[in-house]
Amino acid sequence: MDKMIAGKTISVTEEGFMTDFTQWDKTIADAIAAENSITLTSRHWEVLDYIQTEYKNEVPLSIRKIGKSGVVDIKEFYQLFPMAPLKTATKIAGIPKKVSCI
Amino acid sequence: MEDNGTIKKMMIILSKATLENVYACFVLANGARMEGIEAEIFFTFFGLEAVHNKKLDHLHIATVGNPAMHMPTMLGGLPGMEALATSMMKKEMEKIDMPDVREFIEILSASGVKLWACKLAMDMFHYKKEDLIEELDGVLTVGDFYKQGSGVGTHMLFI
Repeated sequence: MDKMIAGKTISVTEEGFMTDFTQWDKTIADAIAAENSITLTSRHWEVLDYIQTEYKNEVPLSIRKIGKSGVVDIKEFYQLFPMAPLKTATKIAGIPKKVSCI
Repeated sequence: MEDNGTIKKMMIILSKATLENVYACFVLANGARMEGIEAEIFFTFFGLEAVHNKKLDHLHIATVGNPAMHMPTMLGGLPGMEALATSMMKKEMEKIDMPDVREFIEILSASGVKLWACKLAMDMFHYKKEDLIEELDGVLTVGDFYKQGSGVGTHMLFI
């Protein structure tokens, strides 16, 4: 389905995950973050950059991997992206929802 | 208050310390937090071993009385069989990025899962608070645990 995000037509899943990464840019990230009551700081961006790099390298993401990334520990990850951190962070980063349980 | 049936909090009671049960409990608690659901674990009876500093690194899977092991019960009872099955399972778990019990507890605690020990079971096994992991949030009675779970959208699970 299509959704207007930051004044652009973006294709997303029903849950709001972007399906075409080429449509992603930083204004869209800011808009999705705002929808989730998050204002992106430089700390958020460090994590988002890491997540996007791992995704591009086809490394499957998990809470454990994030904790071992050296970029952020699990506690801070939950503080930066409250509620469902991995889901919210990947959504803002414009990459598909992860399907693992751990 | 609107209640659309959403799960807001999972209260999980772990009463066993066989590896497969401990992992089931931990995966469910971690999975809840990953979805933005609160989670608390109450360790009671043998479940206490999963938070006992000297025991949690040595938990085994059950080879006897477990039909899904697909081995004759008498074989499962042979010396070393549990250890063998356990080490095989641990290898498979590492492959799917599953942490060991101690690391899993650290992850749960950092993720905001509350970890409680059962007072009655601690008295029964003569465990002291110092015997248990430092991530433990406290020692509770059953009544305390129910109080923790009050509110709309709380679900309880016994393992």
